[in-house]
Amino acid sequence: MTRYLLRRSLLLALSLIAAGLVLFVLLRLLPGDPAAALLGVGATEAQIAAAREQVGSDLPIMVQLGRFLSDLARFDLGNSFVSGAPVLPEIGTRLGVTLPLTLAAFGLAILIAVPLGVIAALRADRWYGIALSGLAQLGIAVPVFWIGILLVWLVAVNWRLLPASGFPMRGWADPTAARALILPVVTIAIVMGASLMRYVRAATLDVLGADYLRNARALGASMPEVIWRHGIRNGAVPVISILGIELASTLLGAVVVERVFALPGLGSMLLLGIQQRDYPSVQGVLLVSTLLVLLIGFAADVLQRLVDPRLRGAGR
Amino acid sequence: MTRSPRALGAAALALLLSAAPAALLAQTANPEAVIRIGSLYEPQNLDNTAGAGQGINEAFNDNVYEALYRLTDAGTIEPVLVEEHAISADGLTHSFLLREGVTFHSGDPLTAADVKYSIERVTAEASRSSRKRSLANIASIETVGDRTVVITLGSKSISLPYNLSYVWVVNDAAGDITARADGTGPYKLTDWRRGSGLALELHDSYWGERPANAGAVFSYFTEAAALNNALLTDAVDIITAVQSPDALAQFEGDRFTIAEGQSTTKQLLAWNDRIAPFDNRLVRAALAQAVDKDKLRQAIWGDRGIVLGSFVPPTDPWFVDLSAVNSYDPDSARKLLAEAGYADGFTFTIDTPNYDPHPITAEFLKAEYAKVGVTVNINLITANEWYTKIYQAKDFQATLQEHVNHRDIVFYGNPDFYWGYNNPDVVKLIADAEASDTEAEQTEKLREANEIIATDAATNWFYLNPQIVVSQANVSGYPVNGLNAQFYLRTITKAE
Repeated sequence: MTRYLLRRSLLLALSLIAAGLVLFVLLRLLPGDPAAALLGVGATEAQIAAAREQVGSDLPIMVQLGRFLSDLARFDLGNSFVSGAPVLPEIGTRLGVTLPLTLAAFGLAILIAVPLGVIAALRADRWYGIALSGLAQLGIAVPVFWIGILLVWLVAVNWRLLPASGFPMRGWADPTAARALILPVVTIAIVMGASLMRYVRAATLDVLGADYLRNARALGASMPEVIWRHGIRNGAVPVISILGIELASTLLGAVVVERVFALPGLGSMLLLGIQQRDYPSVQGVLLVSTLLVLLIGFAADVLQRLVDPRLRGAGR
Repeated sequence: MTRSPRALGAAALALLLSAAPAALLAQTANPEAVIRIGSLYEPQNLDNTAGAGQGINEAFNDNVYEALYRLTDAGTIEPVLVEEHAISADGLTHSFLLREGVTFHSGDPLTAADVKYSIERVTAEASRSSRKRSLANIASIETVGDRTVVITLGSKSISLPYNLSYVWVVNDAAGDITARADGTGPYKLTDWRRGSGLALELHDSYWGERPANAGAVFSYFTEAAALNNALLTDAVDIITAVQSPDALAQFEGDRFTIAEGQSTTKQLLAWNDRIAPFDNRLVRAALAQAVDKDKLRQAIWGDRGIVLGSFVPPTDPWFVDLSAVNSYDPDSARKLLAEAGYADGFTFTIDTPNYDPHPITAEFLKAEYAKVGVTVNINLITANEWYTKIYQAKDFQATLQEHVNHRDIVFYGNPDFYWGYNNPDVVKLIADAEASDTEAEQTEKLREANEIIATDAATNWFYLNPQIVVSQANVSGYPVNGLNAQFYLRTITKAE
């Protein structure tokens, strides 16, 4: 297991460096001069040249790359072209919104999906089993922003129960911060829960048809005991890898929900950065997101091995 | 069930209180209230010479930073940090005596050196202030003692106080102000969080009168729908600009106040006056008379906005209502076209920015001009194309555009401007107006220029966008015109 962990960590580091290089090249291939975009219409050539010098886009690409890598090694993601502020602390502040949002939504989605998915599988022939499958399909079909807008209209505007949008300026120091995240969390959890529920249902159906389960029943174990001792653990393996992918896509997909609810998260920072051609911001957000996604993949792989002893012997 | 007489009395009192006229209660403004403002214009940093965007003017002008002069919401200029203003006989040397007892939020006293530093910040090489060009006329700035600033101009300029109203007076010891603030205004910055908002509270040793409230919080939104919801759910007290008339229906009724002011955003069709047939005044007048501007205004804004007869909005001192000049008259338009030699009409292309309201306006114009025999081709372009093709290369026949600035009739005094209007009388009047000795003289000259461009139909001006601010019903005293994107806080009251 230790050897596996070491090897897997090395892979993680290499993936991160590769992703950083790809990002660097892609951003420089984009059309448009950041210096000109920075100044807007009406700037003189002299002003543009000065701005190029300021942002370093006048240097040869290899020099820029060298700078980028040495900054990265010191955990310095540079300063925003637009605000002049360092990028890393701002990413930190914004992660303070995006991470709780994603993790809470993820937790809630699992709480919804696992019991309902198991019920939908166990009672696949009853009306409520079918109804649950139908609901899951509906949840997947509906776009996430639509659910967000609907919830705002219903819960915030009509019933006045929760804030419609925004996040307190003082961040988590403000006691109303958690309230501000309730609707966004529910919005994501509904969509994510619906898609997870289908996987849980499918995995449960697989397990229910398995030989070992029938054998255990034949040996005299009761149905709940069989499901608890053998079913869940076996069914969990495929679900964990799906969970990893879902969590990663929710983290990146939070941009839509952040926009609907005017949350100052990582996604809105990325959008603004792209609009303003603020390369350091875009680069920083993408690098941090890539790191998070890679970490989630890492965690899912390790977790799968812990749950399933068969994978441990396989070596890789 | 029994009730004590005291409980009954209390119930009666409660009834009485709840029946008290709402208007009476609404009059008791709370001086300790903090006004919550929702806006779509988040500043990118806190320095108006470093590309912060219009949002920083909204939050900081006259609130955090004061200037030597103030541009009032009505469009006039009044002294703020200046006690006396003396002008030399040749009109080139202006001495400003500063007010005494003014301190910055940091506690530093205001000196003449701060003012010199502040003006030079705007005119500096690296400055990205939109006002840089209007101060290019300054030849030198000297200080005499701590309280006197002497500005020498290259040529006479009656607009100097007006132009100085855009220059924040900042502390020369403050250094980089992109992430913090040190002004002389009644409010100081206490908190700023990118992507979220900023908070202002009272500056205790402010030299002037205490504001009618205790501070403000600006919250920033990227979606108009989210901004509107914030007001609907009482998360903010005021939203500073409503962009779409469709959004207003939800604010009708007793809960909210919809204030309509005069913006300076003028919607127009600019002809290229250099080229045929638009170099012919008769053709321009004919096309102007062919458009039912009021119908267009209603299609876009419903009951709001006003029809324009020239380029000057009501908040410019030289405004005259010229909407009757070259007003809608298709019969007269056909006659004028025949007189100009275009009895069978002609065809031209309108370069149309691809964002609202221009594409709709272009379709409307196509239909209107068709009625007088003129055919229009619509060519959609992006904002960047507009800038290079039209503004820089002047390669166009006609283009739709909105012009947002205050006091910008001066564009008609520049024959090299993109629309190429060149009337020597107007050029002279506008130049002379700038060299006027008094504001009355300046106003008279610009008013005359204004009337000439209207008669000349230099451009086809349509309407002025309304400036719409919506607030909770218990909030009042806010600026309605929002000139230069400003949002003065000090008179806003909230009844609680």
